[in-house]
Amino acid sequence: MNPPRPVPKLDDANRAFWTGGAEGKLNITRCGDCGQYTHPPQILCRHCQSENVAPEAVAGTGAVETMSVNHQPWAKGLEVPYVIARVRLDGVPGVYLTTNIVNCEVDEVAFDDPVRVVFEEQDGIFYPLFEKAD
Amino acid sequence: MAQEAYITGIGQSEVGVRLPRHPLLLTLDAAREAVADAGLTFEQIDGVFSYPGKSHGYLAFSPVGTDEVMEALGIKSKWQMGAMEQPAQLSAIGMAAMAVKQGLCRHVLCFRTVYEAGGMADPETYMAGMGAKTVTGMQQWTSPFWATSAACWTAQYAARHVHRYGMTREQLGQIAINASKNAMANPRARAITKEELTLDKYMSARMISTPLCLYDCDRFSDASTVIIVSAGDALDEVTATPIRVAAMAGSVDRYSWDQVEWPASYDTGPDLWKHTDYTPDDVDCVQFYDGFAFLPLTWLEGLGFCEKGSAHEFVEGGTRIARDGELPMNTSGGQLGSGRLHGFGFAHEAVTQLRKVGGERQIPGDPKVAVATSGGGPLAAALLLARD
Repeated sequence: MNPPRPVPKLDDANRAFWTGGAEGKLNITRCGDCGQYTHPPQILCRHCQSENVAPEAVAGTGAVETMSVNHQPWAKGLEVPYVIARVRLDGVPGVYLTTNIVNCEVDEVAFDDPVRVVFEEQDGIFYPLFEKAD
Repeated sequence: MAQEAYITGIGQSEVGVRLPRHPLLLTLDAAREAVADAGLTFEQIDGVFSYPGKSHGYLAFSPVGTDEVMEALGIKSKWQMGAMEQPAQLSAIGMAAMAVKQGLCRHVLCFRTVYEAGGMADPETYMAGMGAKTVTGMQQWTSPFWATSAACWTAQYAARHVHRYGMTREQLGQIAINASKNAMANPRARAITKEELTLDKYMSARMISTPLCLYDCDRFSDASTVIIVSAGDALDEVTATPIRVAAMAGSVDRYSWDQVEWPASYDTGPDLWKHTDYTPDDVDCVQFYDGFAFLPLTWLEGLGFCEKGSAHEFVEGGTRIARDGELPMNTSGGQLGSGRLHGFGFAHEAVTQLRKVGGERQIPGDPKVAVATSGGGPLAAALLLARD
């Protein structure tokens, strides 16, 4: 049994990202003026400084940009090994998510594998994990 | 009126794991050694700079503030600074160099004190902030996925070198093996390295986060390192061989481990050479931040000692980076071999080598130019040091 995941502290900028999974949505902050994405989310657009930003549900698919198999249990009872990956998101240029690739063996994950989001809920936080899409 | 800045004194406390000595006292041990090394007295010190300032939520990481050092030693300071929002650890020395160049100070005491091993024996005092119920800031994008340590974050870059450029564990292992060889020749590393690391032992080590194994990660230590930075027009007060800060550079693109394609060493490296007539060919030894063994490879590539994507080939077999090789690296043992001094150890060792007082670990010849670096991931700072 894994220990509970560390809990992000919610604020106006990050709430939609961490809770969007309740509706099955992977929300990334997007600018209503220049159309570009800001991640990590802020209360303004990091590209044009417009304050007209809002969370937008993105496709939730992507590919493994890089990955590591983690063997060190960083908390008591944490089950290892597990995959830590950096996922590039389809349709969201320049945004990467550090995440876990789940629902497969660790040696089945490779660079550039297509993946899709799956949410893991814990006390109202919906952690965006990914699984292989093919 | 801008003038040159010099490192005129270096000092280091005992380096250990779970040292009983109070971290303020470790700091004073290093300070006394550095000031005596320079031939100065504390009355002549008029600035105190540190990285990253006292870390109140996690004192083990940085248990001593500049004010405490000034109070304990009776230093009358004209300018002080202890701050984390800088490119990386060695920027505290860079800022001190700027202060003396501009005439704000004549002799600045710079220190970095760590108590990350000793602090575990008294978590209530030294690790109070570790029990927070939520994660904020940069860590909220990694910790929730159990990418808890910088080892996990660095592994993402290292794994990409494996995938894109074919880096092998045998090649990466040369960093830790070289560090252990050098640490065996460094009397202050005895608490950290007790025997030489062999390739067999490295290859059979347990993995932390692939491709990084146990020996690719530095180890929590207790120590203080002090560097004295003096103004060019104050050198007549100094008895030691001064080492000039010939150039410095730092960079942060975005303060994020996962939104940038390359670690900051790749921007800092080329920038360093813009501030000097020296070139990589002039460098006699390199002291590269090795909190994780992959990071020196990024510095080799970032500073142009080899092409991007080829540093693992550069270090293959270990002869090139050995003390008698063409580019001696981490001659004190670095952090892997001689403890997590957190950046300042690299400046200390560069000065030691340029003064030719390295004893058993001294590199051959007449070294005149060295690079010391700090940082990895999103932040980096480098110093080019020269004996004129």
